[in-house]
Amino acid sequence: MFFYYLRLSALSYRRNPILSSLMVLAIAIGVGAYMVIFTLNYVMGGNPIPQKSDQLFHLQIDSGNPNTESDPPEQLTYIDARALIEADAAFRETPSSKISGIIEPEGDDARPFSVIGRGAAADFFTMFNVPFLYGTPWDESADRNLQQVAVITKELNERLFGGEDPSGQTLRFHSSNFQIVGVLDDWAPVPKFYDVNNNPFDGGEEIFIPWNLVAPMEFSRSGNTNCWKAPDPGREGFLNSECVWIQYWVELRDGEEEEDYLQFLNNYVAEQKEFGRMPRPMNNALFDVEEWLLKEEVLPNETKILSALAAMLLAVCLLNTIGLLLSKFLGKSGEIGVRQALGAHKGSLFMQHVIEAGFIGLLGGIIGLGVAAAGLEGIKVVLGDDLMMTDWIQLNPPVVAVTLVLAIFATIAAGFYPIWRACNVNPAIHLKTQ
Amino acid sequence: MEIGPILRALTRNKLGVILIALQIAFTMTVMVNAVFIINERSKAMGRPSGLDEPNMFYLSSTGFGEQFNSEVTEQDDLQLLRTMPGIVDAAPTNAIPVSGSGSSNALRLENDPTLPAVISAVYYTDDHALNTMDLNLIAGENFNSSDVLYQTASEARDYDRSVVSLAFAEALFPEEGLESVGRVFYNGDYPVQITGIVERLQTPWPNNSFVEHAMLVPLNFIGSTSTYLIRTEPGERDRLMVETEEILASNNPNRIIRGLKSMDETREETYRLDSAMATILLVVIVTLVFITSMGIVGLAVFGINRRRKQIGTRRALGASHGQILRYFMLENFFISGAGVTLGALFTIGFSIALSSLFEMPTMSWYYTPLGMVLLILIGQLAVLGPSTRAARIQPAIATRSI
Repeated sequence: MFFYYLRLSALSYRRNPILSSLMVLAIAIGVGAYMVIFTLNYVMGGNPIPQKSDQLFHLQIDSGNPNTESDPPEQLTYIDARALIEADAAFRETPSSKISGIIEPEGDDARPFSVIGRGAAADFFTMFNVPFLYGTPWDESADRNLQQVAVITKELNERLFGGEDPSGQTLRFHSSNFQIVGVLDDWAPVPKFYDVNNNPFDGGEEIFIPWNLVAPMEFSRSGNTNCWKAPDPGREGFLNSECVWIQYWVELRDGEEEEDYLQFLNNYVAEQKEFGRMPRPMNNALFDVEEWLLKEEVLPNETKILSALAAMLLAVCLLNTIGLLLSKFLGKSGEIGVRQALGAHKGSLFMQHVIEAGFIGLLGGIIGLGVAAAGLEGIKVVLGDDLMMTDWIQLNPPVVAVTLVLAIFATIAAGFYPIWRACNVNPAIHLKTQ
Repeated sequence: MEIGPILRALTRNKLGVILIALQIAFTMTVMVNAVFIINERSKAMGRPSGLDEPNMFYLSSTGFGEQFNSEVTEQDDLQLLRTMPGIVDAAPTNAIPVSGSGSSNALRLENDPTLPAVISAVYYTDDHALNTMDLNLIAGENFNSSDVLYQTASEARDYDRSVVSLAFAEALFPEEGLESVGRVFYNGDYPVQITGIVERLQTPWPNNSFVEHAMLVPLNFIGSTSTYLIRTEPGERDRLMVETEEILASNNPNRIIRGLKSMDETREETYRLDSAMATILLVVIVTLVFITSMGIVGLAVFGINRRRKQIGTRRALGASHGQILRYFMLENFFISGAGVTLGALFTIGFSIALSSLFEMPTMSWYYTPLGMVLLILIGQLAVLGPSTRAARIQPAIATRSI
């Protein structure tokens, strides 16, 4: 019977093409516009590493200002980061800081250029499932021995070595020689969860070096630095200060490891308090990826406001659809009367029209995909591609599925009252000749 | 006036009325709140930074290698820039207003960390900053060139004077305003005296609460990177942007020039998200108004078709074109009226939610009534077409049997 009803739906569409097309259009616009905003919310507020997001934690250590009520700092001081990486208390861990430096390519006519990079420990690559095109991450011993090794991105490799495997080659970076040990494959998580401090949606760094080199080699810091207390002058003063500029992630495999690590942090902070640091009450915490993104309010308010507005736009389109469906189904009273007289009971009439509503919903959903695709392209244009990554602003399979399901079910829901009204007509009235 | 019959007729078609009233209510909520957001963003984007933006640009020089001497490089660069034809002045700086990155400090009235602080952006620059930025000095004086300190990162940051923005002076010394020239405030342990006050200078972060608090200090950090802010004669900016980059890049092999950007471009980038939001909201408003208008037209046509015989009868009984037209316009007026009343409730509720959840300012009182009037007008306009057609229905229909 399903295919019979489907055929009836198509015939019914052809009989009132204008009315039916208006319905399809209303649903397409409402669902399409809503899905544009849905995509933004889904990706920007989503989980960029769902396979292990509940095992990756960012630390919170409250080394902040005892005289104010402000939130705990979002990053760590150099003293704390060094102490934690030395202690090596987690299954895997990495400090992380954004840096900048100059690369001097080989060849007399090659001009030096500036790049944004990141200092990280060897564990960074295994913790975050970073894919490699050539080579491998450096070994932990390279971190400890302050070896000058580097991992570069695919794009940087194209620029410097024409895309060939550069493993073992020397790169002059920050006026010093680094040995390249690996090249990253395409990797651009959205949001850039491992560093949400400057722009959580930007393209990511081009070169990675062991974090332990950042301070001794006096790299320029490129991220956010916050000091609640003015540091003593000079480089040493800065490194010993309460200025925070370092992100710190740990990987903990289960609840027991989490408890143990939190205990370790508490012991560390208690110890620091005895040295006169950490004047605020103990407030250590571990935030997994999703919790961290929520806490740092990575999803912009704009997307949330747009969600509410898009929902109202969808509501208006559905209200329109109810009106249109009512008009269409009431117009079919004659046909419904005849069917009833021929023995169709209310249930099958209901089913027939639910399927018709679903059919219109499906058509609306398909055209809605077109509307959504156009809308997403429009957003890409309006945002520009120079300030943030916009590659992810496009339809993806989960979004396509949600669009079609939403369109079908919304139209069916909109159709309940009109169908009920239409099926409850007294057949006798419509069987009389006018 | 046939108010009674109209209202009674509406109660017979409750669903149609509810559908349109709800559509109008939602459209009004979205439209009024969206217009408010667009207005707020436009106002924010229009705030002046205090600088002569159309004629300004900046670039950075980053040195490398053993042979790079940052102090000599910076002095040579500034001297070269200041004598180039077309350039009015150039100043070194650590940060650029409106650009999104820079330094800020917490300043207090005494050397006492328990006191409340006023946050301000700090621009580490020299005595040419006032002229380069074309700031309006309204009290006190600029620095002398002898006041300017040149220090490496390992030396103490003990500047002792500053030219501040009026808003910052008023935040520190509320009763004194322009009289606060000569007063002293504290940067941690170090006292700082207000040498002069400029009318306006924004921080690098336009969306912060302390956007108008800025301090110019006569302290130049000597490091591997120097940033130069440059003001040109009107019309010379584009040419000079190209020239200065070429000249500076080629006259010193131990440094690279990067980050060349005009202030106009900087402003556009900083406000890009706000501008995008405004565009998206505009599209949403137009789409909604279009859909709701179509809905109103649809319902009106449907209702009129259902009542063709009734209309024909009335015409046959002597109703004029005008009376039929007025009937349907009035009917729509009542539906729209119900819609905008409900809409006003939704709008105010939604606006309160936005203010509390997203720390947005509350909407001025006149937005809602304006929205109500506008939507009633839109409704009336939408129903004008079908009503005019209804008014032309022939009286002869009354006597036909079909």
